Amino acid sequence: MAQSPAHGTDHHHHAAGHHDPQDIKLLGFWIFLVTDVILFATLFATFIVLRGGTDGGPTGAELLEINGIIISTFLLLTSSFTSGVAVLAMHQHKIKQMIIWLVITGLLGAGFLYLEINEFLHLIHEGATLQTSAFWSAFFTLVGTHGVHVTVGIGWMISIIIQIVRRGLTDDTKGKVTVFSLYWHFLDAVWIFLLSIVYLMEVM
Amino acid sequence: MADHNNTHNSHGGDRHEHGSLKSYIIGYIISIVLTIIPLVVVLNDMMGRTATIAVIMVTATLQFLVQLIFFMHVRDGEQPRWNLITLIFGVLILLTIVVGSIWIMGNNSIGMKM
Repeated sequence: MAQSPAHGTDHHHHAAGHHDPQDIKLLGFWIFLVTDVILFATLFATFIVLRGGTDGGPTGAELLEINGIIISTFLLLTSSFTSGVAVLAMHQHKIKQMIIWLVITGLLGAGFLYLEINEFLHLIHEGATLQTSAFWSAFFTLVGTHGVHVTVGIGWMISIIIQIVRRGLTDDTKGKVTVFSLYWHFLDAVWIFLLSIVYLMEVM
Repeated sequence: MADHNNTHNSHGGDRHEHGSLKSYIIGYIISIVLTIIPLVVVLNDMMGRTATIAVIMVTATLQFLVQLIFFMHVRDGEQPRWNLITLIFGVLILLTIVVGSIWIMGNNSIGMKM
């Protein structure tokens, strides 16, 4: 379809004539996610370039433990799935189910964060800190930025649940849940590349 | 606003596209398989270095597509697909940054190491 002004496209079953404001919010959030892709692109590029720069100190292959990472990968992957199921429940107007799925999503995310914090503490204990070498600076910045995103996501989700309990499911709160699940799927997608490029390529 | 709520639910044009439980389960299962493949390859040292990197990157990219299609529903939505257009733009910048950095810094280190 040509990009004629939206008003001209009445002939395809769009009775309302114009975009629903929630759709525009969704697109706006999508554009934010694309900028986040660019943020992570710079951090990934930095990590890849600095990957060899361990300055005689500990290397990733020596310290990174893949077993914990496998568990956190499955936690996050499952939470991406459960956040999708929450949106499905929302569209069927099953508020209770939706909240339960969101809480499960949050708990899985919290489990992921717990493992990540433990991993960081373990690394620091082993003598790999942000200041140890270029490799570890890039590592902590990249993985930590993702962890901050997960933390923010959990806080955001809690506030959305509180709002839904108070206000019920309106167009507005529905839009928020939709946008949140998009964010959460995005974090899972970023994590897949972290697992691949940081962990798997380091230990192989 | 309130009066158009009803028509909204009935026309449902943008509401029925949020996938079904089936599509989420399919996406979830494919994701798990695509996670296990590189893990098995890496942990058992099944392939050479280049092949392993190829397997890791291909499965990661496929999994990204699975997230996009089964979970984030990029294929849905109305025409024109602004979300897809911005995503393609983002990926273009991503590739420019990542591939460009690897290329340039790789050349630099070849020049310096001798």
